[in-house]
Amino acid sequence: MPMYAALIYSADVDWTRPEYAEEMKEYNEFGAAAAAVIRGGNALYQTSTATTVRVSGGKGGDILTTDGPYAETKEALTGFYLLECADLDEAVKVAATIPAAWAGAVEVRPVIEF
Amino acid sequence: MPSVLPGDAAVARVVRDERARILATLVRVTGSLDLAEDATQDAALRALECWPRDGVPDNPRAWLLVVARRRAVDLIRREANRAVKEAAAVVLFDPEPEPPATVRDDLLRLVFTCCHPALSLDAQVALALRTLGGLSTAEAARALLLPEATLAKRLTRAKQKITRARIPYRVPEAEELPDRLTGVATTVYLIFNEGYAAGAGEDLVRVALADEALRLARLLVELMPDEPTVLGLLALLLLQDSRRAARTGPDGRLLLLAEQDRSRWDRAAIVAGVELVGRALRRTPDHPDRYVVQAAIAACHALAPAYDRTPWDAVVSWYDVLLTVHDTPVVRLNRAAAVAERDGPGAGLALVDAVAGLTGYPWWHATRAELLRRLDRPAEAADAYDRALALELSGPQAAHLRRRRAGLPA
Repeated sequence: MPMYAALIYSADVDWTRPEYAEEMKEYNEFGAAAAAVIRGGNALYQTSTATTVRVSGGKGGDILTTDGPYAETKEALTGFYLLECADLDEAVKVAATIPAAWAGAVEVRPVIEF
Repeated sequence: MPSVLPGDAAVARVVRDERARILATLVRVTGSLDLAEDATQDAALRALECWPRDGVPDNPRAWLLVVARRRAVDLIRREANRAVKEAAAVVLFDPEPEPPATVRDDLLRLVFTCCHPALSLDAQVALALRTLGGLSTAEAARALLLPEATLAKRLTRAKQKITRARIPYRVPEAEELPDRLTGVATTVYLIFNEGYAAGAGEDLVRVALADEALRLARLLVELMPDEPTVLGLLALLLLQDSRRAARTGPDGRLLLLAEQDRSRWDRAAIVAGVELVGRALRRTPDHPDRYVVQAAIAACHALAPAYDRTPWDAVVSWYDVLLTVHDTPVVRLNRAAAVAERDGPGAGLALVDAVAGLTGYPWWHATRAELLRRLDRPAEAADAYDRALALELSGPQAAHLRRRRAGLPA
């Protein structure tokens, strides 16, 4: 059976705030309704917590991290991994070994744990 | 109790000196920068209230830490939902005073967290001033010429990112250290430059940023006395700052290096800076460090008894070394200006014109203007001054360029 990544585009909000409780409830309802086909997924913290990782000069090159999300429009979001790491430094190290880090960029975003 | 009670200013100084250390330890213990800040702030206020009345305790750091820890426990109890609760409650009651080595490591961890490359430079500057420098949000906002609300928002976002993205509270490992130290030095240098570029007299609040940067650089040397980058950084700041009193004339106008009264340069700062350059150079025999080389260039100027006795050969050579580790258009521009002094304005102008990517940088146009003036091409010089003046400059800088332009032969 084919797998699909459903990437959610919405206003850049903090889902942990109480004013989004109603919306979160709707997501949970969706989650329950579609449980049979959902293999994984998470809400993400706002783009202000994002770190973009690039490796210059090919694999193993210098790692350049910048604050904020990946904003280029030339490339599209073409996939994602769920990484379990001790902290941002480790996540950046791993992200820097994903081929997109030297062919494009990898955005690292912390996942909300409710 | 001491026989003489300390003045408010003396108390404020002690509190400020210890503040970053208390904060650094509390961040480690509680795992929360916000909570640690609240508790440290509270302890500082208590000290400012009690010490002028009761005298400064024998161990001010221990006093502050005990008060801050108690406050942190109160805050954790009050905010039952705080994520740090479990982690913090256990260790907070530890009554042992922190050994100096631990305090030093805590402060280093705070330095590297505030200057983490995953934070924007703006955020790093704000955090460094607020947490390491101990400026209030209002003071830091004034110094950076930002509305207080803007800076407060920037700080909140940065702290939120540290917490949510789990930027680690840790000193980087040996292999990452050189890069990370360069990042820390960049942040401190940016703070210095914000103040230094403002020019004396025009805006004293901005000038205070230069003092703040010097204080941070001294702290870094105290924490890492063997790291060439921080030695070079402090040397560079001392040598540039040694010219502070001579940079402006009595009427407040900006004076060029060539016009400055060198007897007004701060000899003590120059001696200290040159000594640091020597120490740093001995530690970087195989790989030149960007800040050490920049300090070496500043030392060439600081040691020259007069402008026309500047060792331009040495200055150009140091720029060549700098280009091997830090090749930027601005470094190329500065090298070209040094070549102009050594080989004449024609040679300099050819190099300046060859530097690409600086059309938005006022000093590229201003350098061209000066060299065109010396080459007796006043019409082109006037045009270059106009282009420089159309770009963003501080008040004294713009006034200086307008004067230079007005002095061109018709």
